Amino acid sequence: MIKARVTVTLKNGVLDPQGKAIEGALGSLGFSGVGHVRQGKVFDIELDSADKAKAEADLKAMCEKLLANTVIENYTIALD
Amino acid sequence: MKSAVVQLPGLNRDRDMIAALTKISGKAPVTVWQTETEFPDDIDLIVIPGGFSYGDYLRCGAIAARMPIMQAIKEKADKGVKVLGVCNGFQILVEAGMLPGALMRNASLKFVCKEVKLEVVNAETDFTRAYEKGQIIRCPVAHHDGNYFADAETLASMEGNGQIVFRYAEGTNPNGSLNDIAGVMNSRGNVLGMMPHPENLIEAAHGGSDGRGLFASALDVVAAAA
Repeated sequence: MIKARVTVTLKNGVLDPQGKAIEGALGSLGFSGVGHVRQGKVFDIELDSADKAKAEADLKAMCEKLLANTVIENYTIALD
Repeated sequence: MKSAVVQLPGLNRDRDMIAALTKISGKAPVTVWQTETEFPDDIDLIVIPGGFSYGDYLRCGAIAARMPIMQAIKEKADKGVKVLGVCNGFQILVEAGMLPGALMRNASLKFVCKEVKLEVVNAETDFTRAYEKGQIIRCPVAHHDGNYFADAETLASMEGNGQIVFRYAEGTNPNGSLNDIAGVMNSRGNVLGMMPHPENLIEAAHGGSDGRGLFASALDVVAAAA
């Protein structure tokens, strides 16, 4: 079995109101020196396969088709 | 003229939409479930109503946009059939790639449920002929993710092509949408998506009928063409 982690983040230039709110909250909790905060999503995915190349190709297709909205988001794939 | 309302788990404005279409056209729309793969041949208008399909999980409209019925909607749209998506329906259409851009969390991070003013930016569409260019109409909104985004190049081309159909007017932008965008259409002009709910302002009991023109346009043009 292959374990993969897919990370989806907003593209640069896309406004992230939730990240902004978290950034403000960190400041108000007394954490100084916090720069920009951007919120993203993490997916941990298990695949019934031993073929890493196929897993990577499948994960890329999953990202393009469903996990990320490539109009506003980037994704990265990491295999265990 | 024949209309269809698409139903998916979690959509909750389908009954309002069915009522509006029935009252304005005099004929009840057919309802089509998400797992179906085709529409009746003679369908002229397909409507995806609002709600919270699939609990808004992943991204609003993301899962709905991958259901079997969407392929049938794309095929109909490619043949020129009119498609209207309201609220979650709009989110589904952008997630399906049938309209440009994306709908993000409201800038206020709050769910907004109120009445806004809309400017009819393009009155020469199959959905807005009953209005006049520049006309300001009232319309309710109810959403958490209506903050329209598109990259600068896409936005400029949409503005140039008349694809911006409705804008929030008089400082009533409730969600931070770029260029105050409330509703957009595809370049062909037969697919319209909008966050506000025209189906909830069609008769005196609603407190006004400003939304009626949209359905009258979409349904009347079809009658004239038939």
